[in-house]
Amino acid sequence: MKFLVCISHVPDTTTRITFTPDGKAFNTAGVQFIINPYDEMALTRALELKEAQGGTVTVINVGLAVTEPTIRKALAIGADDAIRINAEPIDALFVANEIANVAKNEKYDIVFGGRESIDYNGCQVMTMVAEFLELPSVAIATKLDVNGTSATLEREIDGGKEIVSVNLPFVVSAQKDFAEPRIPNMRGIMSARTKPLKVVEPTNAIKASASVAFQSPPAKSECKMISAEHPEELIQLLHTEAKII
Amino acid sequence: MATDNYQGHDYYLIDELLTDEHKLIRDTARTFVKKSISPIIEEACQKSEFPKQIVKGLAEIGAFGPTIPQEYGGAGLDYISYGIIMQEIERGDSGIRSMASVQGSLVMYPIYAFGSEEQKRKWLPSLAAGEKIGCFGLTEPDHGSNPNGMVSNIKDKGTYYLLNGAKMWISNSPIADIAVVWAKDEEGVIRGMIVERGMEGFTTPETHGKWSLRASATGELVFDNVKIPKENVFPGVKGLKGPLSCLNMARYGISWGSVGPALDCYDSALRYSKQRIQFGKPIASFQLTQKKLAEMITEITKAQLLCWRLGVLMNDKRATPAQISMAKRNNVNMALQIAREARQIHGGMGITGEYPIMRHMMNLESVITYEGTHDIHLLITGMDVTGISAFE
Repeated sequence: MKFLVCISHVPDTTTRITFTPDGKAFNTAGVQFIINPYDEMALTRALELKEAQGGTVTVINVGLAVTEPTIRKALAIGADDAIRINAEPIDALFVANEIANVAKNEKYDIVFGGRESIDYNGCQVMTMVAEFLELPSVAIATKLDVNGTSATLEREIDGGKEIVSVNLPFVVSAQKDFAEPRIPNMRGIMSARTKPLKVVEPTNAIKASASVAFQSPPAKSECKMISAEHPEELIQLLHTEAKII
Repeated sequence: MATDNYQGHDYYLIDELLTDEHKLIRDTARTFVKKSISPIIEEACQKSEFPKQIVKGLAEIGAFGPTIPQEYGGAGLDYISYGIIMQEIERGDSGIRSMASVQGSLVMYPIYAFGSEEQKRKWLPSLAAGEKIGCFGLTEPDHGSNPNGMVSNIKDKGTYYLLNGAKMWISNSPIADIAVVWAKDEEGVIRGMIVERGMEGFTTPETHGKWSLRASATGELVFDNVKIPKENVFPGVKGLKGPLSCLNMARYGISWGSVGPALDCYDSALRYSKQRIQFGKPIASFQLTQKKLAEMITEITKAQLLCWRLGVLMNDKRATPAQISMAKRNNVNMALQIAREARQIHGGMGITGEYPIMRHMMNLESVITYEGTHDIHLLITGMDVTGISAFE
């Protein structure tokens, strides 16, 4: 089996987000980057399937050279090789198109990714990849099992779950519970040094959107504490200050 | 312990001096500590039990002999990587770092540096994998800072040596499969050897009632006419330089390791001081709290720079034992002072198991004493700069 896992290079979940002074870009100074957590779950499940059934796991990333430590981590976790498409991942359509352009020649059995990247939260890339590759797409899956040439997946729906059956090849995006991410072991870190990381130039696919500006949420207003012994003060404030009663 | 919200602190952007691989190794060790050590360490310490279940994970992150070449099961990493791993583990707990230091620096290192090829092949891969646990016997009941006065001895009986004596304050002794033991031969020359659990006359009574390093198993090594096969003696070293070179490796690891609890205490104190409201505002807004926090991060930054530079010297094989002494002494003392100040900032909460502060503080009372006491390291620096020994 040949598996492709799309990974994004995103700020660590504990990052304090700031923007450049002109408000047009995310300020990356001093920020630690990680593999997008949903992508990491997808990678882990791909590795589990490879270990159970044999095959190869390739990771692919659209990004400039700064993303290579993140790609090396994916190799340390267990991916066999990696492809970096040397371009700024500006917009979902562009990213999906570039990934599809590489993937279409390789005939992957499953193309994995996360449900969304936790930086811009677009939730678009994997379904677009499926569309470009003309493959079935199962989005936001919590479970995946492969049985020969078909696969069974689970998706969360309101008040229950949906069981989906699909023939290979297909594209899947991972939701929480898809797999428990692994810590790379030292042997993995050592072997990642020599695993192939191929850099390909982009085809300069069309870009459909651009971010014009970013704004931080408004600062939280001050919290007024009212003594539990004087609830009438609360009533008074809701009436005179908040003017909601 | 409450959720482990630890974040590293790098005031002087020292990360820029590290490679991407160093950072990946740190990330791996940090994740392991958050996942496998932090959730269990408080209970392990309260019960005074070594958490054996983490040994395999420690091996997987390369904690055992990271600088030993890969052909012997090590990771073949540089000394900065070794330091980073020790720092992250000790950020979790000094007792767990002690276990790893002993295994790597005091057991695997002498086997690698002084052992025969057969000894290396026999023991190093299983020690690196955590399948076997080792301990190191140098200190004796009456000979701590002065190991040269040891009375443990071996007598040549033709086909074997007969070992007699006792060692004390031995980390890992109750759980060890093998002990690297130093004893004098009939000419009074210190020799190193591997003593295996199960050898007749060899016992490892546990030391109970410690108020420090409670998650690390400590004990004695007692040798009552133990027959040591000649092939178990290290062929590659004679004299005190054998054990002292092991101690250099371990002390180097402690220099980095001790910055871990300092960072953990600072990180916890900084967060707590911004959340704890007194007199209508966070205690971080009071000058006396800010003084404590500012001095903490200043001292941590100095210690981080000392570690990094010492690591570079170690990689270049230029670090002297006296330079290692300076870093061990400075950094452990720094960590202990920070633990005490952080305890103050946490107020009463600082003495509970909800926070790691008191545990770190108690642990560091051992770390400041073992592997060369605080005072002895000062005298080593004194001897180095004056050329005159104050203790011999």
